[in-house]
Amino acid sequence: MLALDRKLVRDMGRLWAQVLAVAMVMACGVATLVLAIGASRSLDLTRDAFYDRYRFGSVFAQATRAPDMLEMRLSSISGVSAVETRIVRGVLLDIAGMVEPASAFAISIPDHREARVNRLYLRKGRLPEPGVMQEVAVVETFAAAHRFELGDKFSAILNGRKIGLSITGIVLSPEYVYAIGPGDMVPDQKRFGVFFMSEDALGGIFDMRGSFNDLSLTTTRGANISQIIEAVDDLLKPYGGTGAFDREDQISNAFLDAELDQLWAMAAVIPPIFLFVSAFLVNMILSRLVALEREQIGLLKAVGYSDFAVGLHYAKMVVIISVVGILIGSIAGYWLGAGLTRLYADFFSFPFLLFEHSVDLYLLASFVTVLAGLFGAIRSIRSVVSLPPAVAMRPPAPENYRESTLRRLFNLSGISQRTRMGIRHMVQKPLRSLMTTVGTSMSVALLVTALFSFDSIDYMIDIIFFQSDRQDATLTFTDDLPRSALTSVAAFPGILSAQPFRSVLAILSRNQEDVRALISGVPDDASLSRILDVHMQPMPPPSHGLVISERLAGKLRVRPGDVVEIELTEYNRRRAEVVVSALAESFVGLRAYMAMDALDRLTRQGNRLSGVNVSVDPDAMEDLYRSIKETPAIASIALQNLSRSKFRETIEQNIITMTSVYVALAVIITFGVIYNASRIQFSERARELASLRVMGFTRREVVLVLLIEVAVIVVLSQPLGWFLGWGFAKLVVAGFESDLFKVPLIIKPSTYAISSLVVILAASVSAILVWRRVARLDMVRALKTKE
Amino acid sequence: MQNQGFRVKQIAMSRSQKKIFAIRELTKIYGSGETEVRALDGVDVDIFEGEMLVLLGPSGSGKSTFLNIVGGIDQASSGHVKFRQLNLADLGQRQLTRYRRENVGFVFQFYNLIPSLSALENVALVTEVAKNPMKPMDALEMVSLTDRAHHFPAELSGGEQQRVAIARAIAKRPDVLLCDEPTGALDSATGIIVLSAISRINEELGTTTAIITHNASIRRIANRVVYFHDGRIAEIVENADRLRPEDVSW
Repeated sequence: MLALDRKLVRDMGRLWAQVLAVAMVMACGVATLVLAIGASRSLDLTRDAFYDRYRFGSVFAQATRAPDMLEMRLSSISGVSAVETRIVRGVLLDIAGMVEPASAFAISIPDHREARVNRLYLRKGRLPEPGVMQEVAVVETFAAAHRFELGDKFSAILNGRKIGLSITGIVLSPEYVYAIGPGDMVPDQKRFGVFFMSEDALGGIFDMRGSFNDLSLTTTRGANISQIIEAVDDLLKPYGGTGAFDREDQISNAFLDAELDQLWAMAAVIPPIFLFVSAFLVNMILSRLVALEREQIGLLKAVGYSDFAVGLHYAKMVVIISVVGILIGSIAGYWLGAGLTRLYADFFSFPFLLFEHSVDLYLLASFVTVLAGLFGAIRSIRSVVSLPPAVAMRPPAPENYRESTLRRLFNLSGISQRTRMGIRHMVQKPLRSLMTTVGTSMSVALLVTALFSFDSIDYMIDIIFFQSDRQDATLTFTDDLPRSALTSVAAFPGILSAQPFRSVLAILSRNQEDVRALISGVPDDASLSRILDVHMQPMPPPSHGLVISERLAGKLRVRPGDVVEIELTEYNRRRAEVVVSALAESFVGLRAYMAMDALDRLTRQGNRLSGVNVSVDPDAMEDLYRSIKETPAIASIALQNLSRSKFRETIEQNIITMTSVYVALAVIITFGVIYNASRIQFSERARELASLRVMGFTRREVVLVLLIEVAVIVVLSQPLGWFLGWGFAKLVVAGFESDLFKVPLIIKPSTYAISSLVVILAASVSAILVWRRVARLDMVRALKTKE
Repeated sequence: MQNQGFRVKQIAMSRSQKKIFAIRELTKIYGSGETEVRALDGVDVDIFEGEMLVLLGPSGSGKSTFLNIVGGIDQASSGHVKFRQLNLADLGQRQLTRYRRENVGFVFQFYNLIPSLSALENVALVTEVAKNPMKPMDALEMVSLTDRAHHFPAELSGGEQQRVAIARAIAKRPDVLLCDEPTGALDSATGIIVLSAISRINEELGTTTAIITHNASIRRIANRVVYFHDGRIAEIVENADRLRPEDVSW
């Protein structure tokens, strides 16, 4: 080993704590990069493989009832490669041991051939026999939630008849990777399922033989999707077509898209923070080391080492730190990636999970990390290279504190000289102090970013469940019913109050934007499910025109007073122009509201109901469930209480995992920054501190001189961290926002406080480690040597 | 110059026969076994109030170790240092700190000023925590530096920096002023100015003063000269005819 390399190894050994602190920050950057990009690639890969192998559709459409022979004409649309038509029905389930009713989609599968589109992955058993009414295959999530095995039975109310069904197979479908029930905010695998039955059998039950009400099609490469959608709409129009849509509007796929977007947002925001902080730390450590080794550098050059060789010596050090960081980070990233994959396995239903560990990702992470390290080292290495040996052998000029600038800026009166020392030392190196402050504020910001989600979720829950949708349950009818249905529902046991609603799916257009949205007809006296204005205050349904949610207005680029065109997806695709009368807030879905009577006039179908919102006497729940299970006209029941707890449970489970990761990351940053800053400060000022000790200042008083600077930096970094955290949270919220949902940006004061507390604690621990060095300070040695 | 009216006689008069330090069998051992170094090996000496001592001896002879122990920044391995009624060997870290704070002023070769504080502020650093300090400006007056009071160390010459260090050391009116090679980094003209400042303090405040030096010429300004050799005191010489610092040349 070369003598210079031996010096390197010993230097690293001596500075191990600082080296490790920087390496850990780098490791966080590597880990988060590997995690986010790795996970998004894996998710993408898994999804593509599943979609491709199981022929996931590109275009989807529903109709009331279309003849099978239409399939020929659909297949001949240019760009269409395969069409599958089928029967899909929402049904209520009756499962032994489960009091509340569950709902499901009953979906037909072709007899005597494999499906051309949306094939099923058979996990266990076999598909139902053609024509056999009692056999079904169920999706895996539903089976798992009920611990169903092959041969187990449950009942469903199919077209008014309670039919016992036996499970022959457990399957996964590319359409239900994320299986969420209608009206639910998060998946509830127990209360919502999907099962598949022979086309002949299901057609028989629903009197749909020879016709279909649902289709998916795949397209050839490069096909024009919007033309295909138009052609499908034209063909389905006479049969009650509700408007074809592409993958973007397919619920399960849209959720996957949203997840991928979030991962990319994470990859774009988090790793750069760590790379930035590590570059800064390298800069800090190396410039101090070079200052200390000034004479050694001069000596090396004097005995004949080239500028390059000496520069390389310090560059190697940075590379070694980076390598340590890359190693730790890669292992952590791999491990966290596996964790996230397991989380996906719970969340998304894939037959297989392909976790990609491509070498290029690790290479990329290594490359940017080394680059960030060297970037941080540039200044020091340049000064090493350009230092003439003769100059290097002379001690550096004393710290240049000057009368003019300093005193003018900081003419501090009434404070002790020791406080003055601390503050002036900080002001003397403004860039370094600023960077240390920014670095520390990053930890605060990360914590705010991690913790604010709890506040936002609390707020969402309050708004959705206690301000807006205050009903205990929502009953949805299989088909629209006349208003008299309300009286029947009100007569169910336990119903305290019942309020009807009507939902009509429509395409809203304006400014060349088309958006599919549900228009809800709201009765004038609605007190259960209420419209909230943008200030979260309940508002009555509009006396005229349409109230639309802010996000919908954003998509359409309209403001109150503007006119939007409505095309109903049913009712002869009736069109109308309606004035936007006000904006409303809605976190879930793209919503629009009208007065119920106005919506009735728009459909020209008379007064009809899609369902009823009810409040229920909690003691009478079981009786109500029993009645509902016996009522074929009810397609589903959404239970607010269960939704709320499920919502909280699902979201909090994810947030808690993420939060613990973020807290760890924030602590590592704080530690890396504060520990290094204090160590370097200590090194620079050892002489000063020893002087103070000799003058008779106690250890405590001396440490305080050192801590003033750290304390001021930590204090200053709090408001900056809050501000940055607010900004990051805003980015996160923007990243989350999709057609499916929007998360409000709510940050409680307690979140800021907790974030600051964690950082202050971590900073204190780092400071205590340095404190111990002050206690061991050797006065004699510190004072007798030249700097 | 600051030493106008300086009289050798006055220095002699300021010296009493009252002991301020009684030092017995003072031993300091660094390391152990084969690497054992006896920095001090049984030193006995008394120091009297108000006197000026010069400590001479080759490198490694134990002068600095002696001064550090007397000043309470190092502790003896064995033996006694009695400061008035106080036995320094009995003191813990906390009490030693208090001893330094209340009784001792130090001056080192490399000044050790706080670079972020101006001359005046460096002095104020000490007066802020002392029991009966001078006004910082008065301390600077004693070393004739009032006109440089608001300058930072980087703006002062070596001699000026050392005079600030002296002002800082004596501003709390210490009982003893310990100077470890105060002129070691200075040219002779500047060195003389610094020594004059020290002498003036010794004379006007009656501060017991000990100066370590490598420069034998300086011995002429002392009441007594203590010669160190191999961790022991080889000889103590009384100075019959002391010189004023400005009359010393080297």
